[in-house]
Amino acid sequence: MPEVGILGYGGYIPKYRIKVEEIARVWGKDGKAIGKGLGLIEKSVPGLDEDTTTISVEAARNALKCAQIDPTRIGAIYVGSESHVYATKPTGTVVAEAINAPNSLQCADFSFACKAGTAAIQVCIGLVKSKEVDVGLAIGSDTAQSKPGDALEYAAAAGGAAFLIGSDDNILATFDGTYSYTSDTPDFWRREGTDFPEHGSRFTGKPAYFRHVQQAAMGLFAKMGTKASDYDWGVFHSPNGKFPRRAAASLGFKDDQIKPGLVVDYVGNTYAGSSPLGLAATLDVAKSGQKILMVSYGSGAGSDAFHLEVLKPLKEKRKRMPMVQDYIDDKVYIDYAQYAKHRRTIKVE
Amino acid sequence: MTEEIPAKDRVAIIGIGQTKFGEQWDRSIRRITLTAATACIADAGVSGDDIDGLYVSNTSTSSFIKQEHQAAMAADSGGLLPIASTEVEAACASGGVAVRHAYMAVKSKEHKMVMAVGCEKMSDISEPAIADTLMGAADREWEGQIGATFPALFALLARRHMHRYGTTVEQLAYPSVKAHANAVDNPYAQFRFKVSIEQVLQSAMVADPLRMLNCAPISDGAAALLLCRGDLVDQFEGDPIWIDASTQASDTLALHDRPHITQFRAVTSAAKQAFNKLKMKPAEVDIAEIHDSFSISEIISVEDLGFVEKGKGGPTLVDGYFDKKGTIPVNASGGLKAKGHPVGATGIAQVAEIAEQLRGRAGKRQVKGVKRGLTLNLGGTGSTAVVHILNRE
Repeated sequence: MPEVGILGYGGYIPKYRIKVEEIARVWGKDGKAIGKGLGLIEKSVPGLDEDTTTISVEAARNALKCAQIDPTRIGAIYVGSESHVYATKPTGTVVAEAINAPNSLQCADFSFACKAGTAAIQVCIGLVKSKEVDVGLAIGSDTAQSKPGDALEYAAAAGGAAFLIGSDDNILATFDGTYSYTSDTPDFWRREGTDFPEHGSRFTGKPAYFRHVQQAAMGLFAKMGTKASDYDWGVFHSPNGKFPRRAAASLGFKDDQIKPGLVVDYVGNTYAGSSPLGLAATLDVAKSGQKILMVSYGSGAGSDAFHLEVLKPLKEKRKRMPMVQDYIDDKVYIDYAQYAKHRRTIKVE
Repeated sequence: MTEEIPAKDRVAIIGIGQTKFGEQWDRSIRRITLTAATACIADAGVSGDDIDGLYVSNTSTSSFIKQEHQAAMAADSGGLLPIASTEVEAACASGGVAVRHAYMAVKSKEHKMVMAVGCEKMSDISEPAIADTLMGAADREWEGQIGATFPALFALLARRHMHRYGTTVEQLAYPSVKAHANAVDNPYAQFRFKVSIEQVLQSAMVADPLRMLNCAPISDGAAALLLCRGDLVDQFEGDPIWIDASTQASDTLALHDRPHITQFRAVTSAAKQAFNKLKMKPAEVDIAEIHDSFSISEIISVEDLGFVEKGKGGPTLVDGYFDKKGTIPVNASGGLKAKGHPVGATGIAQVAEIAEQLRGRAGKRQVKGVKRGLTLNLGGTGSTAVVHILNRE
């Protein structure tokens, strides 16, 4: 039986951008120092008519273009996000209708802060492996929320990526192993009914992001019998530009290994879309036979680590849809006033 | 002079214990306090049964972690029941006041051996909530409710000092540069790295002219001292250091009630009492730990202690007079700025540092040949000042 892997993938990033310096200007801060401190240049902003649902649909359509499969093969759709449009109505059902998925479908929305998307990938791997479904669609996408003036505002961005997971001869990369590390660590949260997340400031670092990312990666290394140098590429959840670089270095990764996955510098933190988008960008450049480590991080807290190996079909399949870099390059800058309108933080009533 | 006082009328420090200062997210206040206290008892080589009094200093644990009654908690978790335990609160001067009360309890002969332990757990709540909690040490009605924060109040002092005495932002940066350089050698310190004048001047503005690197950090930590009646110290192993003066004074709670906000009158008063008692001059101090919660407070304090002429604190600091290799080394520990400032523990940690220095056991940060040291612990904007003078002999 063929291994479980990716039949098709696709990313999506809204075209609007705001520079870190423009946000800093409004709050009377030193934009250059903040940009340098966070390792960020600019971030994506959703258009007025874009939300987690539309981003998920765009990414899913790109994944279908890549896979070139009949959407009726899809037996499960899971969408992970921190910004599902409805509190109780699912995002996944809209995605399903938009891509002509069948009604005979398992579907649910996932939430686990920024790792909801990789949790969806893990579930799809399990369903395909157990032959419960033929193809599963896992999506991580967000229009990330941040309180105006908060440190998060410099990074919170919009974007996502979708993965069609199956097990046939056309898979472009295999999922050879996954390992998760989870604990009750309240570093970042948003309560029901509140507009913006809160966070524990520096507590989000060492005991939260770094501990979980490092433990998940080391757990996977032990499970697979691997080390950093065995991977051609590393992809790490990127709340800013600084954290993934530091986490990667602590695990033994060199700068070149993580470069393709660091879309954060020009896109920002797309929350549940972050590591999936980093994986998509890495698949855009990876070669057959290469190995990829992806580690997500979700506040609250947990990390999912994945071991992937690239197969031959990737080279041809990725010519079929826009690459992540195409979206990064296609941009329109807006100022803070337009940004506030896009993020609906201007009160009109 | 001190030789004239019989040992039974003197008070000695026979035990010192500290935790590392910094963000201790995985440790509770109970564990932090216990760590410092047990290290102190081990250092003194005594048993819990020898200790007959306990003072616990703490500034705002009731707000930081919603736990009151720290003294009972420390007595209980330390296995010291049914010891008399008392909590002391005097804002950031809580530790200094606790040492003073322990000193008086022993000196009065009501107790033979008393522990003073200070603790604070600040990192469990958000930064705005910490700033608001600390504002309880100023005048809530007249200062807090109009939106002032401690950095804002100390910024007023700094601006006025600059206006009146020509103090510059470069001089204001110097205490932080010195503190960080000293903290490199202190294993208990929160920030063991150097900063330059330029880095201080480029750090984020907090309250003009005070920048982030002009301000002490938010810290968790504890420090403990064991005080013993002078005629009993020979019963225990160790190296006694003598407390020869423990003085305290108060000033107005609000800044606007003072004739000059560039002077800490409580510091002048407490220092004078101490120096008069020992018939000594400020220049006879070999080493000092001074409350540098903001760099302006070190500048004003070295003036009001009488170390330098009023208004000359800034240039004298920059000249290196208070450097580790200067005439009177100030804050060889790294001070509140770089060692860290777990508010309730600070005053005790200052005395602990001077006692370690006088013992000659301060490791890499040891200042050679020091025999007499001073500590200054401040509460609020100088509303409480506590001075201790310690002697090697």
